[in-house]
Amino acid sequence: MKTESSWLDRLFNLMNYTLLLLLVMATLYPLLYVLFASFSDPARLLAYKGLLWKPVGFSLEAYRSVLANPGIGVGFRNTLFIVVFGVTVNIFMTALGAYVLSRKNVMWNKVFMFLIVFTMFFGGGLIPMYLVVKGVGLLDSLWSTIIPFAIGTFNLIIMRTSFMGIPDSLEESAKIDGANHFTILFRIILPLSMPVIAVMILYYAVDKWNGWFYASVFIKSRELFPLQLVLREILISNSTDSMSIGASAGDRFQIGETIKYATIIVATFPIMCVYPFLQRYFVKGVMVGSLKG
Amino acid sequence: MSKPTTFKRRFVRDFRMNKYLYLMMIPVIAYYVIFHYGPMYGAIIAFKDFTPIKGILGSDWVGLKHFEDFFGSYYFLRVLKNTILISLYTLIFEFPAPIILALLINEVRRRYFKRVVQTVTYMPYFISLVVICGIITDFTNADGLINRLFMLLGYDGQAMLQKPELFRPIYVLSEIWQRIGWESIIYIAALMSIDLEQYEAARMDGASRLKQMIYITLPGLLPVITIMFILRMGNLLNVGFEKIILLYNPVTYETADVISSFVYRKGLLEFGWSYSSAVGLFNSVINLALLVSANYISRKVNENSLW
Repeated sequence: MKTESSWLDRLFNLMNYTLLLLLVMATLYPLLYVLFASFSDPARLLAYKGLLWKPVGFSLEAYRSVLANPGIGVGFRNTLFIVVFGVTVNIFMTALGAYVLSRKNVMWNKVFMFLIVFTMFFGGGLIPMYLVVKGVGLLDSLWSTIIPFAIGTFNLIIMRTSFMGIPDSLEESAKIDGANHFTILFRIILPLSMPVIAVMILYYAVDKWNGWFYASVFIKSRELFPLQLVLREILISNSTDSMSIGASAGDRFQIGETIKYATIIVATFPIMCVYPFLQRYFVKGVMVGSLKG
Repeated sequence: MSKPTTFKRRFVRDFRMNKYLYLMMIPVIAYYVIFHYGPMYGAIIAFKDFTPIKGILGSDWVGLKHFEDFFGSYYFLRVLKNTILISLYTLIFEFPAPIILALLINEVRRRYFKRVVQTVTYMPYFISLVVICGIITDFTNADGLINRLFMLLGYDGQAMLQKPELFRPIYVLSEIWQRIGWESIIYIAALMSIDLEQYEAARMDGASRLKQMIYITLPGLLPVITIMFILRMGNLLNVGFEKIILLYNPVTYETADVISSFVYRKGLLEFGWSYSSAVGLFNSVINLALLVSANYISRKVNENSLW
C-alpha cells in the first residue's frame, strides 16, 4: 500500500527516532563526561580542550583521595542512618495514620482528614519550623532530619486510598477471632498492601538519600553531616583542599578538579546501580498517586 | 428506634467503639500538631519583634511593621518579579517537554528502544540536587564543558553562573534535563487508556501518524494535562529555594533571588527572624489563594479539578 501517508509516516518515524536518540545522548553525555574526567590524568585534563570521549591519560589518584577522605565515609554512614531509621519511622507512622483514617464509622476521621490535607496547602514557613525543631531539642541531631518529616501527607493519602480498597470481610473474620487493630494492621492489611508499601519505601528512601537542605539548617556538627552536605562542600563551595593535603598548591588545583568528578561518581554510583531495577515500582507509584488526582 | 441521637450520645458511643483507633492515632495527631500546626502558630512572630530570649509569646507585638518594611523595600518587587518570571519560564518551556516526550515515546514501535529511552531519561531524576548543581557549576565554568562547546563554535568562554542574564536559562534548561523523563511517566500512563479503535478508524480514513498523534493522542491526554496545569498555576509563586540557593551568588541576585531564597537568607543567615517569617507568611497566603482560585476556575471551565 504505497500511499502518500505511508511515505509521510516513514519520514515521521525517522524524525521521531532521531529526536529521541538526541535526547538520550543529551541525557547521558554529561554523566559520561564526568565518568571519563574522573579517571583522567589531572594535569592532562586541565590542558585538554574539547569534548571527552574517553579518559585523557589514566589515573586513579582522584578516587584514592576521595576514598581516603574521612568526610565521605562519615557522610555515607550518617546518610545510611537517616535512610534506615527515617524510612522505618516514615512507614510506621504513615501506615498507622492511613489505617485509622481508612476505617469507616469513625466520627472524627473527617476532621482529622481535613486538618491533615490542609497542611499540604499551607504551612508556617521556614523560621517557625526552625523554632519548633529547636524547641523540641532536635537541633544538631540526625533525628532532626527524621522526626519532623515523619509523614509525607501525600503518601499518607495514597496509602489510605489503598487500604480502603481492601475488602472488609477479611477484617471481620479476624475480629471475630479476637484480633485487635494492631494485629489487623500488621498481619492483614500491610501484607496485602505490599506493592504500595514498596512504592512508599522507595519514595521515602530517595527523599532521605537526596535530602540536604534541612540537614544544613538543623545540623552544625561536621561529624553528623549526611553525604549530601559533604558533597555540597566539595562540589559547590569548592573545598577539596582537605582531600589533597600534602600536594603543592598547583597540584592541589589540578587534582581538585578530578576529585570533584570522582566524588560525583562515588556518591551517585549506588543509586545508579539500583534504580533500573526499581523502575517499575516508581512507575506504579505514579499511577497509584494519579488515581487520587 | 429512630430517636434523634444527641451529639453527646454519639460522641460517647463513638468513643467507646473506637477508643483503640483513637489511641493509634495519637502519634499521628501529635506529629501534625507539633510539626505542622506548631509552625503555623509560630508564624505569629511575623507580627512581633521576635528575639530568642523573650520567646514567641514574650516578644513584643509590632503589628504589620515587617510586612510594611517588605512591601516598601527595593527587594519586594525584585523577588516578586524573579519568582514570577522563573515560574513562567518553567511553565512555558519545561511543562510541555514531558508531554512531547510522552507523545514521541508513544509512537515508538520497537519495545527495546522504548525501554532504553525511558530508563535513560528517568535517570537524572534520581541524581541528588546537590550533585546536579555541582555538575552545573562545573560545566558552566569559564573552561567547563558547555563553554568548550561554545568555543568550538567560536565564542569566548565565560563564567556563566556569574552572568545575571544567564541564570534563568540555566535554571530552566537544567530543570528540563532533570525532570522530562520522570514527568512523562504520568502522561505515558494516561496514554494506556486511549481507545485503540479510534486509531483503527483513523487509519481506515488514511490519516497519517502525525495526524493521529495530534487529533487522537493529544486530546486523550487533555484531562491529565489540565490537572497538571492547575497544580502548576497554584504553585506559580512557589519556586523552591533549594536549587536557587545552590546556584546563585550575590552577583546574580538581581535575576535569581526568589521569595523563598530571600526568606532563607534573611531569616537563617542574617537572623531577621520576624521579617523573614512575614515574607514567608505573605508567600504562603498568596500560594493558598492561587491554588484555590486555579482549582475554582478549572472546575467552572471543565470538570477537572483537584477537589
